[in-house]
Amino acid sequence: MSGIIGKKIGMTSVFGPDGRNIACTVLETGPCVVTQIKNVDTDGYNAIQLGFGEKKEKRTSGAAKGHFAKAGTTPKHKTVEFRDFRVDFEGGVTLGREIKVEEVFVEGDFVDAIGTSKGKGFQGVVKRHGFGGVGGQTHGQHNRQRHPGSIGACSFPSRVFKGMRMAGRTGGDRVKMVNLRVIKLMPEHNLVLVSGSVPGAKNSYVVLEK
Amino acid sequence: MSNIIKLVEQELQQKRSSFPDFNPGDTVNIHVKISEGNKERIQQYQGTVIQRRNTNSNGETFTVRKISNGVGVERIFPLFSPSIEKIEVLKKGSVRRARLFYLRGRQGKSARIKEKI
Repeated sequence: MSGIIGKKIGMTSVFGPDGRNIACTVLETGPCVVTQIKNVDTDGYNAIQLGFGEKKEKRTSGAAKGHFAKAGTTPKHKTVEFRDFRVDFEGGVTLGREIKVEEVFVEGDFVDAIGTSKGKGFQGVVKRHGFGGVGGQTHGQHNRQRHPGSIGACSFPSRVFKGMRMAGRTGGDRVKMVNLRVIKLMPEHNLVLVSGSVPGAKNSYVVLEK
Repeated sequence: MSNIIKLVEQELQQKRSSFPDFNPGDTVNIHVKISEGNKERIQQYQGTVIQRRNTNSNGETFTVRKISNGVGVERIFPLFSPSIEKIEVLKKGSVRRARLFYLRGRQGKSARIKEKI
């Protein structure tokens, strides 16, 4: 696996080679810094940790300061671990090395984007789980168009089953969008355009994996 | 809009100067590339522009209405579509609206648009 950390900028559209208009998300990615290298001997598995996004020194805890100092870099906002990072670029991965987007992806790759979806607050079952609602306003209905309906049987089992889908807090979850195509790379600006939408608000962190 | 998005759109937006300036109410002739199998030919589509949408973005489109064999036809073109070969402005129309949907309910004399002098 390989990947990079980025920030969502917004959406636009471009024309593909076949003349189709493709909606795509613009992400500002990297350069990420290798902040830790884990291996089987010391940690039980192989992984690298990448850091992205500048963080103020005074907002960083002492422990974190030490961690970043070991890699010879400034404190970073977001650190993400990539297991079994595939190294197919020159020099290999060393502590403190900068990884740029063009070293990880090429145009046409399929990538997964992981982010935190926008929080929607307390929502009913129609928005939260896609229930159909009651389906009409007539036949005796007057105030329950978007209600969930029955949530179970009667004296047996005398309880509501665990996991019953109901209203509640919606959004703000970790969401992975799979198989987004890398439409365009702009290495001089550290930008990457992926097809379709990516979870989260603008300026939120997004992890791209291949 | 964020500056970075503008940067991304810059490349396509530079094409904008190659199009003539046209507005709703104008009569235009669009040369559209059509590929049949591996042959490519140009088809012309002539009509009145009734709206332009999403202006100043990559997704800008315009709608062209014409009456074909007594039937109203509306076609939506993405401005930056690679299949648009050329846009010709035949007539400038004088209208007081940005969206000329009122033309849909009209035909004949009342569907005319005054020419801008």
